[in-house]
Amino acid sequence: MLGVVGGRVYDPRNGSDGEIRDIWMKDGRVVSPEEVDRDRAEIVDAGDLVVMPGGVDIHSHIVGAKVNAGRKFRPEDHRGSERVRTGDFRSGSGHTVPSTHLTGYLYAEMGYTTVMEAATAPLVARHTHEELADVPIIDKGAFITMGNNHFLMSCIRDGRPDLARDYVAWLLKVSKGYAVKIVNPGGVENWKWGRNVGALDDEVIGFGVTPRQILDTLARVSDELGLPHAPHIHGINLGRSNSARTSIETMAGLDGLRAHFCHLQFLSYGKGKGSVHTSEAAAVAEAVNAHPNLTVDVGQLVFGSATTMTSDGPLQHNLHRTTGAKWINDDVEGETGGGIVPVFYKRTNPINAVMWLTGMELFLLIDDPWKVFLTTDHPNAGCFTSYPHVIKLLMDADYRAEVFAGIHARAREGSVLRDLKREYSLYEIAVITRAGPARALGLDRKGHLGVGADADIAIYQDMDDKAEMFARPRYVYKGGTLVARDGVVVADPPGRTFSVAPPYDPEVEKHVRKHFETTYTVSFENYAMSSQQLPHEEVIACG
Amino acid sequence: MSTTVEHVACTFCGCVCDDIVVELEGSRIAGVRRACSVGRGMIDEYDAKLRRPLVRGREVDWEEAVEAAVTILDRADSPLIYGLSSSAVEAQRKAVELADRIGAIVDTTSSVCHGPTGLAMQAVGEVTCTLGEVRDRADLVVFWGCNPSASHPRHFGRFSLTAKGTHTPNGREDRTVYVVDVRPTGSSKQADHFLQVDVGTDFEVLTALRSLVKGNRLRSESIGGIPMPRLSDLAERMKACRYGVVFMGMGLTMSRGRHQNVGELFTLVAELNEHARFAVIPMRGHGNVAGADQVLTWSSGYPFAVSFARGYPQYGPGEFTAVDVLARGEADAALVVASDPVAHFPRRAAEHLERIPTIVLDPARSLTAGIAQVVFPTASYGIDASGTAYRMDNVPIPLRALLVSGRPTDEEILDRIIEAVK
Repeated sequence: MLGVVGGRVYDPRNGSDGEIRDIWMKDGRVVSPEEVDRDRAEIVDAGDLVVMPGGVDIHSHIVGAKVNAGRKFRPEDHRGSERVRTGDFRSGSGHTVPSTHLTGYLYAEMGYTTVMEAATAPLVARHTHEELADVPIIDKGAFITMGNNHFLMSCIRDGRPDLARDYVAWLLKVSKGYAVKIVNPGGVENWKWGRNVGALDDEVIGFGVTPRQILDTLARVSDELGLPHAPHIHGINLGRSNSARTSIETMAGLDGLRAHFCHLQFLSYGKGKGSVHTSEAAAVAEAVNAHPNLTVDVGQLVFGSATTMTSDGPLQHNLHRTTGAKWINDDVEGETGGGIVPVFYKRTNPINAVMWLTGMELFLLIDDPWKVFLTTDHPNAGCFTSYPHVIKLLMDADYRAEVFAGIHARAREGSVLRDLKREYSLYEIAVITRAGPARALGLDRKGHLGVGADADIAIYQDMDDKAEMFARPRYVYKGGTLVARDGVVVADPPGRTFSVAPPYDPEVEKHVRKHFETTYTVSFENYAMSSQQLPHEEVIACG
Repeated sequence: MSTTVEHVACTFCGCVCDDIVVELEGSRIAGVRRACSVGRGMIDEYDAKLRRPLVRGREVDWEEAVEAAVTILDRADSPLIYGLSSSAVEAQRKAVELADRIGAIVDTTSSVCHGPTGLAMQAVGEVTCTLGEVRDRADLVVFWGCNPSASHPRHFGRFSLTAKGTHTPNGREDRTVYVVDVRPTGSSKQADHFLQVDVGTDFEVLTALRSLVKGNRLRSESIGGIPMPRLSDLAERMKACRYGVVFMGMGLTMSRGRHQNVGELFTLVAELNEHARFAVIPMRGHGNVAGADQVLTWSSGYPFAVSFARGYPQYGPGEFTAVDVLARGEADAALVVASDPVAHFPRRAAEHLERIPTIVLDPARSLTAGIAQVVFPTASYGIDASGTAYRMDNVPIPLRALLVSGRPTDEEILDRIIEAVK
């Protein structure tokens, strides 16, 4: 039993905007005061402190095949970013791509307690879950890439939406996934022919289907299955000068269906002079504001070192050609692909500067904080450890103006950012880093401090410098256990893995089994994961 | 009573074929189907008899053996943990945890195999694909410095030569196959084209290919013993194919030039993607050596040659690689998991291993077990223990226990050692 008393509580879901409240916890949950024997409860004096639910990251690449390839091929990233083993805490290394245990520690030390791994090919989902088991403290889940899946595209081609629905349900179950992820629908398949897609009605080679059909099918299927999280979309034309237009078209094409658009910053550009795009964040934000069923995360660029990694194979090839940096590509049979390229974002580079301000503009121009969430698309646009810095940029207009003044002049020209004086409040920060993403994920016990919520709490010393404030919470509780104090991890209980198990017609397995003979080099029987292989699994209800 | 178990995975080589059929009679393996001769032998001849651990050649109970191992590790200032590639991911995780806890150097068989491939990957990246993409798409396949007909017997049939796929419906007929090696091999006999390179000239040949692919004309009549027209022909085919794949082996990693050979090949493959789709797959040897790379990387950031001596992971190929650590006489104790360095290491390294107290976890009676102070006859993953192995293309494959032998797993023994050194 535990009480956090006298703190200024920012709990947007329950309408608390800095009011002084006491939070009581028992058996890992938030409980009503009557359930607690105060004489026996441990009391944390939160007087003068800011109390928030534990942070919820809706999109981060922290484990699995791509991330580990990124770790392996970037020893230069790890040196100087080591963690020494102390007591039972493991050592680790890595700046943009930290090792697994270190990843859990770093998130917890920042007050984050739930993180979603943003992309896993089902064929290697077992790998993802093996790594997740080595990420302590935080609760997590994995999104399953389906936007270039052969079986799914066949269902669309053959006019079998019912089979597509059953297949998605089956695939989520056997890969222990949490949501449908779509990355450059059709484009990754075409990349296996050395091509890409550039428009929503382009054809996917060999299937005769279009990106539009793939998006539409997966959005409808996600709804029909009642998945807790909407389809998680990385659209086509990412990084290109027509990406803003394409994003707006894609949103309109979804016809009011639920969707989450991830790292939208990378997809909000227009054509500028030469190779330097312009920010079209204003137009994209307007589209987001107009659609009631959309949420987005920003993928804010942070100047410094990053490791780009995505299932978007052709994009990564382009980035390799543009930067000349080393390049990993991995085509995955029947399902997807991917690439990795290290980058260094500079404020003096006009392209990088435009990317930075595009993200800022999205944050400031999307009206409803419940629709826009804080991410850096870790480690693509920046590290998750930069979140406190991004919070400072959002809460402190003077600081933002200072950074703006230091970026390349060509990026500043014509930018609306100089006129945006909006400052996020602590309440709004609690929305975009906790309550909002939890709601979008359909995680009912996360992102708030009402009775029944998980006892995940981050307690901060209020400071003028918000970056400093959010970098080192005074106390972080996970499931009622004190896991970090003054920004240093003090306990590392294992976290849970959230999955979904929507029902499906078992008939689909016959079709999939047949599909396996022609598409896969692993046996159908060796593809599915069982629940025994996931000791801390928690199935979240659909519908 | 006889039973048939299907979809069994074989852990002998990096193909990790998971379509094997095993016939059981009671708890005895009575037959193995679909496996290659090597894999069949490994499964068929496995002796699952429960054996007791040994301390200095004397049979003891498990408790005493764990105590002896812990004493050795406690007394050591500079312990080495080595092997891992024929064990399962579950045990590899424990081995790295133990290394972290006691400040050991941990290294895998990668360092004497595809270690240079890892270095090349760190320098220039790696454009790769899963084996199913090879089967379904590859119309040009090049085997460079490897001989799968001997080392990975089912590779040709399942993935790379005769395998039929969506875009290769006629199998062999739909592929052009090259073998590049320093001598004719069983594999070269099955190729359309065999290019015999002079020993130690792979780097030059690869550089020439890169140049030809870029459209340069070279004046030499031959490079590395290969006539220029044949090299130009290969370069043109590489540019004109639909989906090309290179498989590379120790002919590149363990010959003069090592990681530079591989780096040159990886660069060539990356550059070929200007013209066609192209990928490279290292021919990983041991059944789960890819898994050892994965586990060590996700735990420490580095794939092999990692020292935890300072309390945090440091990467040092040449410095923390097992052969070097032993040959310089630096390790003062060793724990070897599922590997036989005494049989395979250079003499000086193997001799040092005999001088220091060594602990062995291995289902088989290896030469290393013969010199070890403590020997744990553990279960074999995929036969009498379950776990996960990563195929050469890093696809994880579940391993199931076919038999109940009562032998402890590597994971269980390592776990007991970890608990005791805490």
